[in-house]
Amino acid sequence: MAKVPIKVTVNGVEHKAEVEPRLLLVHFLREDLRLTGTHIGCDTSHCGACTVVMDGRAIKSCTAFAIQANGRSIMTVEGLEQEGQMHPLQDGFFQEHGLQCGYCTPGMLMTGYAFLQSNNDPTDDEIRHAISGNLCRCTGYVNIVKAYQYAAQKMREGGA
Amino acid sequence: MIPRSFEYYSPQTLDEAIALLQKLGPEAKLLSGGQSLIPMMKLRLVSPEYIVDINRIPGLDYISETGGHLRIGALAREHQLESSESVQSKFPILADTAKVIADPLVRSQATVCGNLAHGDPANDHPATMLALGATVVATGPKGQREIPIEDFFPGLFTTALEPEEILTEIRVPVPPPRSGGAYLKLERKVGDFATAGVAVQITLDDAGVCTRAGLGLTNVGMTPIKAKQTEAFLTGKKLDEATTQQAAEMAASESQPMDDIRGSADYKRDLVRVLTKRALTHALDRAKGGA
Repeated sequence: MAKVPIKVTVNGVEHKAEVEPRLLLVHFLREDLRLTGTHIGCDTSHCGACTVVMDGRAIKSCTAFAIQANGRSIMTVEGLEQEGQMHPLQDGFFQEHGLQCGYCTPGMLMTGYAFLQSNNDPTDDEIRHAISGNLCRCTGYVNIVKAYQYAAQKMREGGA
Repeated sequence: MIPRSFEYYSPQTLDEAIALLQKLGPEAKLLSGGQSLIPMMKLRLVSPEYIVDINRIPGLDYISETGGHLRIGALAREHQLESSESVQSKFPILADTAKVIADPLVRSQATVCGNLAHGDPANDHPATMLALGATVVATGPKGQREIPIEDFFPGLFTTALEPEEILTEIRVPVPPPRSGGAYLKLERKVGDFATAGVAVQITLDDAGVCTRAGLGLTNVGMTPIKAKQTEAFLTGKKLDEATTQQAAEMAASESQPMDDIRGSADYKRDLVRVLTKRALTHALDRAKGGA
């Protein structure tokens, strides 16, 4: 099948590539761009491990074609750290022990990034709804909620 | 999982998209939110030869209230329903529905129109649109035509759309004063399809008599079900405890569930009864001005 040219901005850097239309966004990120922070979990749109932010909204990159990102702006977990400084969310997951095995973490972070942009003073209940598409199988949700709250507070204080 | 290869088209206008559908024929599939289509392609349940991606067509992502109708454009995403003030204040049933469809990540992409066009009896908007008495606008080579929602689901995974037509808008009449609605769904976990779901939309007169009742049922039949007998039963009655109970039993008998991993047919029928009663009670509260 003929490849088609796409141009995608990922973490602020513009990438040009030739892709098969059937190439999934998650495979483009991991295999073409070697940005392996975005994980493949269930591969059936259930678990949220592959969550990235496209034009400001968190989406599942296993359920989008790379070609759909043509001309759009993607942010992955690799884009959170800025000039050696962890994002408040990353700091929150570290401080509050928001992960055990870490497999769901990139997705949890990217869902949180988009969510906290629109609501930096959430209730615990709002956070739980926001992460309802991201599964953690280490039963770590309590600390993930705490990590979001830690980040929200930092962001309110002007940390990001 | 990798879908089979396909040829990709990205039309910039509606006319161009319709011309492509005419040219490519029934092997072409429209891609909007893709949250049902892409998983099905990955599982190779469907392998379209051509994908016509309508996401680049400008001006289709609206949710607006004009001319006594709420108009939902082809590319309006589910999350837009959750944040629309018009929806929150006048169509709480749609806000109820949007919140229980899949999960927030899917709702970033999934479209309301796609939820109907997919023709899946397990989807949630068919029931709420049946309850609201919506109209589907299909645009094709001959222009636009309006399809009443009750005629839109002739069979399993089948809609009244012709292969060269695009569902471009859902029109929902703005309910008169003293109207209320609710959608209740039981799901095993966030993101699952409904074990059963019930949508109720009612309008009362000054004396509290029900002048219009709409009832839609999710995932308890081969198609989304409009519970017509229950609707007729409720119309002209005061919705007291006994009437509500009787309506709930009637709705249960109108459902046609099957045994599956989500439960037995008997269980689901009883669930329809319980959910109908609760949804009616909630709709009644809202019709009387409650939240």
